[in-house]
Amino acid sequence: MKYVDEFRDPVAGRAVVARIKQLAADLGAQRDAPLKIMEVCGGHTHAIFKFGLEEMLPENIELVHGPGCPVCVLPVGRVDDALAIAERPEVTFTTFGDALRVPGSKRSLLEAKASGADIRTVYSPSDALELAKQLPDRQVVFFGLGFETTIPSSALTVLQAHAEGVENFSVFSNHITIVPTLRAILDDPDLRLDGFIGPGHVTMVIGEAPYQFIGEQYNMPIVISGFEPLDVLQSLAMVLQQLLDGRAEVENQYKRLVRHDGNAVAQNAIAEVFELREHFEWRGLGSIPESGLQLRGPYARFDAEKRFAVPALSVEDPKACQCGEVLKGRIKPWECKVFGTACTPETPIGACMVSSEGACAAYYNYGRLSTVSKVGQ
Amino acid sequence: MCLGIPGKVVEIHDATKKLGVVDVGGVRRVTNLACIVSDEHPVEDCMGDWVLVHVGFAMSRIDPEEAERTLELMRELGEVAEAQRAMAESGKGGTP
Repeated sequence: MKYVDEFRDPVAGRAVVARIKQLAADLGAQRDAPLKIMEVCGGHTHAIFKFGLEEMLPENIELVHGPGCPVCVLPVGRVDDALAIAERPEVTFTTFGDALRVPGSKRSLLEAKASGADIRTVYSPSDALELAKQLPDRQVVFFGLGFETTIPSSALTVLQAHAEGVENFSVFSNHITIVPTLRAILDDPDLRLDGFIGPGHVTMVIGEAPYQFIGEQYNMPIVISGFEPLDVLQSLAMVLQQLLDGRAEVENQYKRLVRHDGNAVAQNAIAEVFELREHFEWRGLGSIPESGLQLRGPYARFDAEKRFAVPALSVEDPKACQCGEVLKGRIKPWECKVFGTACTPETPIGACMVSSEGACAAYYNYGRLSTVSKVGQ
Repeated sequence: MCLGIPGKVVEIHDATKKLGVVDVGGVRRVTNLACIVSDEHPVEDCMGDWVLVHVGFAMSRIDPEEAERTLELMRELGEVAEAQRAMAESGKGGTP
Protein backbone atom coordinates (compact mmCIF):
# COMPACT_ATOMS: atom_id res chain seq x y z
CA MET A 1 0.00 0.00 0.00
CA LYS A 2 1.37 3.42 -0.97
CA TYR A 3 2.64 5.57 1.92
CA VAL A 4 2.72 2.45 4.11
CA ASP A 5 5.08 -0.11 2.56
CA GLU A 6 7.97 2.27 1.93
CA PHE A 7 7.88 3.29 5.61
CA ARG A 8 8.32 -0.35 6.58
CA ASP A 9 11.48 -0.97 4.52
CA PRO A 10 13.76 -3.18 6.64
CA VAL A 11 16.98 -1.98 4.98
CA ALA A 12 16.26 1.64 5.89
CA GLY A 13 15.10 0.42 9.31
CA ARG A 14 18.48 -1.18 10.02
CA ALA A 15 20.24 2.06 9.09
CA VAL A 16 18.04 4.09 11.46
CA VAL A 17 18.58 1.54 14.24
CA ALA A 18 22.35 1.81 13.66
CA ARG A 19 22.05 5.58 14.03
CA ILE A 20 20.02 5.17 17.25
CA LYS A 21 22.70 2.85 18.67
CA GLN A 22 25.41 5.37 17.86
CA LEU A 23 23.47 8.24 19.48
CA ALA A 24 22.62 6.07 22.51
CA ALA A 25 26.29 5.19 22.95
CA ASP A 26 27.29 8.87 22.78
CA LEU A 27 24.60 9.75 25.31
CA GLY A 28 25.50 6.75 27.49
CA ALA A 29 29.00 8.15 27.82
CA GLN A 30 27.49 11.29 29.39
CA ARG A 31 25.02 9.73 31.81
CA ASP A 32 24.52 6.55 33.81
CA ALA A 33 20.73 6.24 33.99
CA PRO A 34 18.90 4.78 30.99
CA LEU A 35 17.05 7.27 28.81
CA LYS A 36 13.29 7.16 29.18
CA ILE A 37 11.35 8.26 26.12
CA MET A 38 7.55 8.23 26.28
CA GLU A 39 5.42 7.58 23.24
CA VAL A 40 2.22 9.36 24.20
CA CYS A 41 -0.10 7.89 21.61
CA GLY A 42 -1.61 4.42 21.62
CA GLY A 43 -1.10 4.21 17.86
CA HIS A 44 2.64 4.36 18.44
CA THR A 45 2.41 1.76 21.22
CA HIS A 46 0.61 -0.51 18.76
CA ALA A 47 3.30 -0.03 16.08
CA ILE A 48 6.14 -0.55 18.58
CA PHE A 49 4.77 -3.94 19.59
CA LYS A 50 3.54 -5.06 16.20
CA PHE A 51 6.95 -4.52 14.62
CA GLY A 52 9.00 -5.50 17.67
CA LEU A 53 10.83 -2.17 17.73
CA GLU A 54 11.78 -2.37 21.42
CA GLU A 55 13.86 -5.45 20.77
CA MET A 56 16.02 -3.56 18.27
CA LEU A 57 16.93 -0.79 20.70
CA PRO A 58 20.10 -0.50 22.78
CA GLU A 59 19.80 -1.32 26.48
CA ASN A 60 20.07 2.26 27.70
CA ILE A 61 16.94 3.32 25.80
CA GLU A 62 13.62 2.60 27.50
CA LEU A 63 10.31 3.31 25.83
CA VAL A 64 7.59 4.33 28.28
CA HIS A 65 4.10 3.69 26.97
CA GLY A 66 1.90 6.70 27.65
CA PRO A 67 -1.80 7.28 28.28
CA GLY A 68 -2.79 8.24 24.72
CA CYS A 69 -5.32 5.48 24.24
CA PRO A 70 -8.74 7.08 24.79
CA VAL A 71 -10.48 3.79 25.48
CA CYS A 72 -7.86 2.89 28.08
CA VAL A 73 -8.29 6.10 30.07
CA LEU A 74 -12.09 5.88 30.15
CA PRO A 75 -13.02 5.48 33.83
CA VAL A 76 -15.48 2.90 35.14
CA GLY A 77 -18.01 5.60 36.06
CA ARG A 78 -18.28 6.82 32.48
CA VAL A 79 -18.82 3.28 31.21
CA ASP A 80 -21.66 3.00 33.76
CA ASP A 81 -23.10 6.28 32.43
CA ALA A 82 -22.89 4.91 28.87
CA LEU A 83 -24.72 1.77 30.01
CA ALA A 84 -27.42 3.84 31.72
CA ILE A 85 -28.10 5.57 28.40
CA ALA A 86 -27.70 2.45 26.22
CA GLU A 87 -30.13 0.38 28.29
CA ARG A 88 -33.00 2.84 27.91
CA PRO A 89 -35.74 1.28 25.76
CA GLU A 90 -35.96 4.23 23.36
CA VAL A 91 -32.21 4.41 22.74
CA THR A 92 -30.09 2.96 19.94
CA PHE A 93 -26.55 3.33 21.23
CA THR A 94 -23.71 3.50 18.69
CA THR A 95 -20.04 3.07 19.47
CA PHE A 96 -16.65 2.33 17.96
CA GLY A 97 -15.91 -1.37 18.37
CA ASP A 98 -12.96 -0.68 20.71
CA ALA A 99 -15.24 0.44 23.53
CA LEU A 100 -17.57 -2.58 23.57
CA ARG A 101 -15.54 -4.71 25.97
CA VAL A 102 -14.48 -1.99 28.44
CA PRO A 103 -15.77 -3.18 31.81
CA GLY A 104 -18.13 -0.97 33.81
CA SER A 105 -18.71 -1.62 37.49
CA LYS A 106 -21.26 -4.34 36.68
CA ARG A 107 -20.86 -5.11 33.01
CA SER A 108 -19.62 -3.98 29.60
CA LEU A 109 -21.56 -2.66 26.61
CA LEU A 110 -21.03 -6.02 24.93
CA GLU A 111 -22.72 -7.81 27.84
CA ALA A 112 -25.57 -5.28 27.81
CA LYS A 113 -25.97 -5.90 24.08
CA ALA A 114 -26.16 -9.66 24.72
CA SER A 115 -28.92 -8.94 27.26
CA GLY A 116 -30.95 -7.15 24.60
CA ALA A 117 -29.88 -3.50 24.68
CA ASP A 118 -29.85 -1.93 21.20
CA ILE A 119 -26.11 -1.30 20.92
CA ARG A 120 -24.50 -1.11 17.49
CA THR A 121 -20.91 -0.80 16.33
CA VAL A 122 -20.23 2.01 13.87
CA TYR A 123 -17.11 2.91 11.93
CA SER A 124 -17.81 6.64 11.91
CA PRO A 125 -20.00 9.18 13.73
CA SER A 126 -21.52 9.94 10.31
CA ASP A 127 -22.84 6.35 10.28
CA ALA A 128 -24.57 7.10 13.60
CA LEU A 129 -26.18 10.22 12.14
CA GLU A 130 -27.36 8.27 9.08
CA LEU A 131 -28.87 5.69 11.42
CA ALA A 132 -30.75 8.46 13.25
CA LYS A 133 -32.26 9.58 9.94
CA GLN A 134 -33.26 6.01 9.10
CA LEU A 135 -34.79 5.42 12.55
CA PRO A 136 -36.78 8.59 13.30
CA ASP A 137 -38.67 6.89 16.16
CA ARG A 138 -35.45 5.96 17.98
CA GLN A 139 -33.07 8.10 20.01
CA VAL A 140 -29.69 7.44 18.39
CA VAL A 141 -26.74 8.22 20.68
CA PHE A 142 -23.12 8.26 19.55
CA PHE A 143 -20.42 7.37 22.10
CA GLY A 144 -17.91 10.17 21.43
CA LEU A 145 -14.42 8.99 22.33
CA GLY A 146 -10.94 10.18 21.60
CA PHE A 147 -8.42 12.99 21.54
CA GLU A 148 -8.18 15.73 18.91
CA THR A 149 -7.87 13.08 16.21
CA THR A 150 -11.53 12.08 16.47
CA ILE A 151 -12.99 15.27 18.00
CA PRO A 152 -13.31 17.01 14.58
CA SER A 153 -15.37 14.11 13.21
CA SER A 154 -17.78 14.35 16.15
CA ALA A 155 -17.92 18.14 15.83
CA LEU A 156 -18.60 18.07 12.07
CA THR A 157 -21.29 15.42 12.60
CA VAL A 158 -23.02 17.55 15.26
CA LEU A 159 -22.84 20.56 12.91
CA GLN A 160 -24.51 18.44 10.24
CA ALA A 161 -27.22 17.22 12.63
CA HIS A 162 -27.82 20.85 13.61
CA ALA A 163 -28.01 22.01 9.97
CA GLU A 164 -30.35 19.18 8.97
CA GLY A 165 -32.41 19.33 12.18
CA VAL A 166 -31.88 15.67 13.11
CA GLU A 167 -33.29 16.00 16.63
CA ASN A 168 -33.22 12.29 17.55
CA PHE A 169 -29.41 12.28 17.40
CA SER A 170 -27.11 13.03 20.34
CA VAL A 171 -23.50 12.56 21.45
CA PHE A 172 -22.30 11.17 24.77
CA SER A 173 -19.03 13.09 24.82
CA ASN A 174 -15.97 11.61 26.46
CA HIS A 175 -13.62 13.56 24.25
CA ILE A 176 -10.38 14.58 25.90
CA THR A 177 -7.57 16.96 25.01
CA ILE A 178 -3.89 16.15 24.82
CA VAL A 179 -2.17 19.13 26.43
CA PRO A 180 -3.56 18.80 29.99
CA THR A 181 -2.68 15.11 29.78
CA LEU A 182 0.92 15.91 28.98
CA ARG A 183 1.02 18.43 31.82
CA ALA A 184 -0.32 15.83 34.26
CA ILE A 185 2.43 13.42 33.20
CA LEU A 186 5.13 16.08 33.38
CA ASP A 187 3.99 17.17 36.84
CA ASP A 188 3.96 13.61 38.21
CA PRO A 189 6.84 13.53 40.70
CA ASP A 190 7.32 9.77 40.32
CA LEU A 191 7.84 9.90 36.60
CA ARG A 192 11.22 10.88 35.26
CA LEU A 193 11.24 11.21 31.49
CA ASP A 194 13.87 12.47 29.04
CA GLY A 195 11.70 13.20 26.02
CA PHE A 196 8.56 12.48 24.02
CA ILE A 197 7.60 10.85 20.77
CA GLY A 198 4.63 13.11 20.01
CA PRO A 199 1.20 12.14 18.65
CA GLY A 200 1.18 12.61 14.88
CA HIS A 201 -2.52 12.60 14.19
CA VAL A 202 -3.49 14.83 17.10
CA THR A 203 -0.87 17.32 15.91
CA MET A 204 -2.23 17.11 12.37
CA VAL A 205 -5.30 18.80 13.90
CA ILE A 206 -3.90 21.13 16.59
CA GLY A 207 -0.51 22.05 15.05
CA GLU A 208 2.88 22.27 16.73
CA ALA A 209 2.45 25.42 18.85
CA PRO A 210 0.56 23.79 21.80
CA TYR A 211 3.69 21.76 22.66
CA GLN A 212 6.06 24.73 23.03
CA PHE A 213 5.68 24.64 26.83
CA ILE A 214 7.36 21.22 27.03
CA GLY A 215 10.68 22.65 25.95
CA GLU A 216 10.22 26.04 27.59
CA GLN A 217 8.96 24.90 31.01
CA TYR A 218 10.22 21.33 31.29
CA ASN A 219 13.33 21.47 29.10
CA MET A 220 12.40 18.32 27.20
CA PRO A 221 12.38 17.50 23.48
CA ILE A 222 9.30 16.28 21.63
CA VAL A 223 9.29 14.93 18.08
CA ILE A 224 5.93 14.66 16.30
CA SER A 225 5.95 11.21 14.73
CA GLY A 226 4.25 9.17 12.05
CA PHE A 227 2.95 5.69 12.78
CA GLU A 228 4.93 3.36 10.55
CA PRO A 229 7.94 1.60 12.10
CA LEU A 230 10.48 3.76 10.23
CA ASP A 231 8.67 6.89 11.40
CA VAL A 232 8.84 5.84 15.04
CA LEU A 233 12.51 4.85 14.80
CA GLN A 234 13.47 8.06 13.02
CA SER A 235 11.58 10.12 15.59
CA LEU A 236 13.41 8.34 18.39
CA ALA A 237 16.72 9.14 16.67
CA MET A 238 15.64 12.80 16.45
CA VAL A 239 14.80 12.90 20.18
CA LEU A 240 18.21 11.41 21.00
CA GLN A 241 19.96 13.88 18.69
CA GLN A 242 18.23 16.77 20.51
CA LEU A 243 19.33 15.37 23.88
CA LEU A 244 22.89 15.04 22.61
CA ASP A 245 22.83 18.62 21.28
CA GLY A 246 21.26 19.92 24.50
CA ARG A 247 18.16 21.11 22.61
CA ALA A 248 14.55 20.94 23.86
CA GLU A 249 12.43 21.74 20.81
CA VAL A 250 9.26 20.72 19.04
CA GLU A 251 10.36 18.92 15.89
CA ASN A 252 8.18 17.35 13.22
CA GLN A 253 9.15 14.01 11.67
CA TYR A 254 5.68 13.59 10.11
CA LYS A 255 5.83 16.49 7.67
CA ARG A 256 4.05 14.55 4.94
CA LEU A 257 0.84 14.94 6.98
CA VAL A 258 1.37 17.43 9.80
CA ARG A 259 1.44 21.12 8.88
CA HIS A 260 2.95 23.55 11.37
CA ASP A 261 -0.38 25.22 12.16
CA GLY A 262 -2.52 22.07 12.03
CA ASN A 263 -5.90 21.96 10.31
CA ALA A 264 -7.97 25.15 10.48
CA VAL A 265 -11.27 23.55 9.42
CA ALA A 266 -10.97 20.95 12.18
CA GLN A 267 -9.93 23.51 14.80
CA ASN A 268 -12.85 25.78 13.93
CA ALA A 269 -15.34 22.90 14.08
CA ILE A 270 -14.05 21.90 17.53
CA ALA A 271 -14.21 25.48 18.84
CA GLU A 272 -17.72 25.93 17.46
CA VAL A 273 -19.22 22.77 18.97
CA PHE A 274 -17.24 22.00 22.12
CA GLU A 275 -16.12 23.72 25.31
CA LEU A 276 -13.88 22.59 28.15
CA ARG A 277 -15.37 20.92 31.22
CA GLU A 278 -13.98 22.15 34.52
CA HIS A 279 -12.87 18.64 35.41
CA PHE A 280 -12.84 15.26 33.76
CA GLU A 281 -11.95 11.98 35.37
CA TRP A 282 -9.41 9.64 33.83
CA ARG A 283 -8.80 6.01 34.59
CA GLY A 284 -5.58 5.77 36.55
CA LEU A 285 -4.78 9.47 36.38
CA GLY A 286 -7.65 10.82 38.49
CA SER A 287 -9.43 14.08 37.78
CA ILE A 288 -7.59 16.41 35.40
CA PRO A 289 -8.84 20.03 35.18
CA GLU A 290 -9.95 21.30 31.75
CA SER A 291 -9.12 18.03 30.03
CA GLY A 292 -12.58 16.94 28.87
CA LEU A 293 -14.97 18.45 26.33
CA GLN A 294 -18.71 18.95 26.37
CA LEU A 295 -21.12 20.35 23.79
CA ARG A 296 -21.67 24.10 24.00
CA GLY A 297 -24.15 26.81 23.10
CA PRO A 298 -26.79 25.87 20.52
CA TYR A 299 -25.26 22.40 20.21
CA ALA A 300 -25.87 21.52 23.87
CA ARG A 301 -29.24 20.11 22.80
CA PHE A 302 -27.31 17.28 21.13
CA ASP A 303 -25.65 16.43 24.46
CA ALA A 304 -26.79 12.94 25.54
CA GLU A 305 -25.95 13.72 29.19
CA LYS A 306 -28.48 16.55 29.15
CA ARG A 307 -31.07 14.53 27.25
CA PHE A 308 -30.94 11.43 29.46
CA ALA A 309 -30.32 11.07 33.18
CA VAL A 310 -26.95 9.50 33.95
CA PRO A 311 -25.69 8.42 37.39
CA ALA A 312 -22.46 10.45 36.91
CA LEU A 313 -20.79 8.65 39.77
CA SER A 314 -17.10 8.35 40.30
CA VAL A 315 -16.37 4.62 40.58
CA GLU A 316 -13.07 3.24 41.78
CA ASP A 317 -11.07 1.00 39.45
CA PRO A 318 -11.06 -2.71 40.40
CA LYS A 319 -8.49 -3.29 43.13
CA ALA A 320 -6.58 -5.95 41.20
CA CYS A 321 -6.21 -3.68 38.17
CA GLN A 322 -3.02 -1.66 37.79
CA CYS A 323 -3.97 0.17 34.59
CA GLY A 324 -3.18 3.47 36.27
CA GLU A 325 0.39 2.42 36.96
CA VAL A 326 0.74 1.12 33.40
CA LEU A 327 -0.72 4.32 31.90
CA LYS A 328 1.77 6.43 33.79
CA GLY A 329 4.63 4.14 32.76
CA ARG A 330 5.42 3.23 36.38
CA ILE A 331 5.15 -0.48 35.71
CA LYS A 332 5.30 -2.59 32.55
CA PRO A 333 2.12 -4.47 31.63
CA TRP A 334 3.52 -7.89 32.54
CA GLU A 335 4.41 -6.61 36.01
CA CYS A 336 0.69 -6.25 36.78
CA LYS A 337 -0.54 -9.00 39.10
CA VAL A 338 -3.43 -10.03 36.85
CA PHE A 339 -1.73 -9.63 33.42
CA GLY A 340 -2.46 -12.62 31.21
CA THR A 341 -4.10 -14.58 34.03
CA ALA A 342 -7.30 -13.00 35.32
CA CYS A 343 -7.04 -10.19 32.77
CA THR A 344 -6.94 -11.08 29.05
CA PRO A 345 -8.38 -9.40 25.92
CA GLU A 346 -11.38 -11.79 26.06
CA THR A 347 -12.12 -11.10 29.73
CA PRO A 348 -10.41 -7.79 30.51
CA ILE A 349 -10.39 -6.35 34.02
CA GLY A 350 -8.77 -3.11 32.97
CA ALA A 351 -9.19 -1.02 29.84
CA CYS A 352 -5.50 -1.28 28.83
CA MET A 353 -6.25 -4.90 27.92
CA VAL A 354 -9.26 -3.94 25.78
CA SER A 355 -8.15 -1.70 22.95
CA SER A 356 -5.55 -2.85 20.43
CA GLU A 357 -3.85 0.46 21.23
CA GLY A 358 -3.60 -0.38 24.92
CA ALA A 359 -0.17 -1.34 26.19
CA CYS A 360 -1.42 -4.52 27.93
CA ALA A 361 -3.30 -5.81 24.88
CA ALA A 362 -0.32 -5.00 22.68
CA TYR A 363 2.05 -6.96 24.92
CA TYR A 364 -0.46 -9.81 25.17
CA ASN A 365 -1.27 -10.03 21.44
CA TYR A 366 2.24 -9.70 20.09
CA GLY A 367 3.82 -11.83 22.83
CA ARG A 368 7.04 -9.89 23.19
CA LEU A 369 8.45 -12.40 25.63
CA SER A 370 12.04 -11.69 24.72
CA THR A 371 11.48 -8.06 25.74
CA VAL A 372 9.93 -9.26 28.99
CA SER A 373 12.90 -11.49 29.76
CA LYS A 374 15.46 -8.86 28.69
CA VAL A 375 13.96 -6.17 30.86
CA GLY A 376 13.09 -8.57 33.66
CA GLN A 377 16.69 -9.62 34.18
CA MET B 1 -10.34 3.49 16.29
CA CYS B 2 -7.46 5.95 16.35
CA LEU B 3 -5.50 4.19 13.65
CA GLY B 4 -5.52 6.47 10.61
CA ILE B 5 -4.95 4.97 7.20
CA PRO B 6 -3.86 6.45 3.84
CA GLY B 7 -6.20 6.34 0.87
CA LYS B 8 -6.85 8.02 -2.47
CA VAL B 9 -9.87 10.13 -3.40
CA VAL B 10 -11.35 8.38 -6.46
CA GLU B 11 -14.72 10.10 -6.76
CA ILE B 12 -16.48 13.30 -5.68
CA HIS B 13 -19.73 11.95 -4.34
CA ASP B 14 -21.56 15.13 -3.29
CA ALA B 15 -19.71 18.41 -3.76
CA THR B 16 -22.09 20.54 -1.66
CA LYS B 17 -21.80 18.16 1.32
CA LYS B 18 -18.05 17.77 0.65
CA LEU B 19 -18.36 14.01 0.37
CA GLY B 20 -16.04 11.87 -1.73
CA VAL B 21 -15.23 8.22 -2.22
CA VAL B 22 -11.84 7.17 -0.89
CA ASP B 23 -10.07 3.95 -1.89
CA VAL B 24 -8.13 2.50 1.03
CA GLY B 25 -6.17 -0.53 -0.19
CA GLY B 26 -9.04 -1.61 -2.46
CA VAL B 27 -11.85 -0.87 0.01
CA ARG B 28 -13.98 2.08 -1.09
CA ARG B 29 -16.15 4.18 1.16
CA VAL B 30 -17.91 7.52 1.20
CA THR B 31 -15.67 9.86 3.18
CA ASN B 32 -16.15 13.39 4.48
CA LEU B 33 -13.64 15.72 2.81
CA ALA B 34 -14.50 18.91 4.77
CA CYS B 35 -11.13 19.06 6.57
CA ILE B 36 -9.09 19.02 3.35
CA VAL B 37 -11.22 21.54 1.44
CA SER B 38 -10.27 25.24 1.46
CA ASP B 39 -10.56 28.27 -0.80
CA GLU B 40 -7.23 27.34 -2.36
CA HIS B 41 -8.19 23.69 -2.67
CA PRO B 42 -11.90 23.44 -3.59
CA VAL B 43 -13.69 20.11 -3.40
CA GLU B 44 -13.41 19.52 -7.16
CA ASP B 45 -9.61 19.58 -6.83
CA CYS B 46 -9.65 16.75 -4.28
CA MET B 47 -9.89 14.07 -7.01
CA GLY B 48 -6.70 12.03 -6.90
CA ASP B 49 -5.55 13.43 -3.53
CA TRP B 50 -3.83 11.02 -1.19
CA VAL B 51 -5.36 11.59 2.25
CA LEU B 52 -5.26 10.22 5.76
CA VAL B 53 -8.64 8.78 6.76
CA HIS B 54 -9.83 8.62 10.37
CA VAL B 55 -13.29 7.25 11.22
CA GLY B 56 -14.77 8.25 7.87
CA PHE B 57 -13.17 11.70 7.65
CA ALA B 58 -10.19 12.71 5.51
CA MET B 59 -8.09 14.63 8.02
CA SER B 60 -5.11 15.79 5.99
CA ARG B 61 -3.61 15.59 2.51
CA ILE B 62 -0.40 13.62 2.19
CA ASP B 63 2.38 15.79 0.75
CA PRO B 64 4.25 13.52 -1.71
CA GLU B 65 7.35 15.73 -1.68
CA GLU B 66 7.61 15.64 2.11
CA ALA B 67 7.05 11.86 2.09
CA GLU B 68 9.92 11.52 -0.40
CA ARG B 69 12.13 13.84 1.67
CA THR B 70 11.59 11.76 4.83
CA LEU B 71 12.43 8.57 2.94
CA GLU B 72 15.46 10.24 1.38
CA LEU B 73 16.81 11.13 4.85
CA MET B 74 16.54 7.51 5.87
CA ARG B 75 18.16 6.30 2.64
CA GLU B 76 21.06 8.69 3.20
CA LEU B 77 21.44 7.27 6.69
CA GLY B 78 21.62 3.82 5.06
CA GLU B 79 24.25 5.00 2.58
CA VAL B 80 26.34 6.55 5.34
CA ALA B 81 26.15 3.33 7.36
CA GLU B 82 27.11 1.35 4.25
CA ALA B 83 30.04 3.68 3.54
CA GLN B 84 31.22 3.42 7.15
CA ARG B 85 31.02 -0.36 7.01
CA ALA B 86 33.00 -0.38 3.77
CA MET B 87 35.61 1.91 5.35
CA ALA B 88 35.86 -0.32 8.40
CA GLU B 89 36.14 -3.43 6.19
CA SER B 90 38.89 -1.92 4.05
CA GLY B 91 40.65 -0.66 7.18
CA LYS B 92 40.89 -4.26 8.47
CA GLY B 93 42.95 -5.29 5.46
CA GLY B 94 45.55 -2.71 6.36
CA THR B 95 45.94 -1.53 2.79
CA PRO B 96 45.73 2.23 2.12
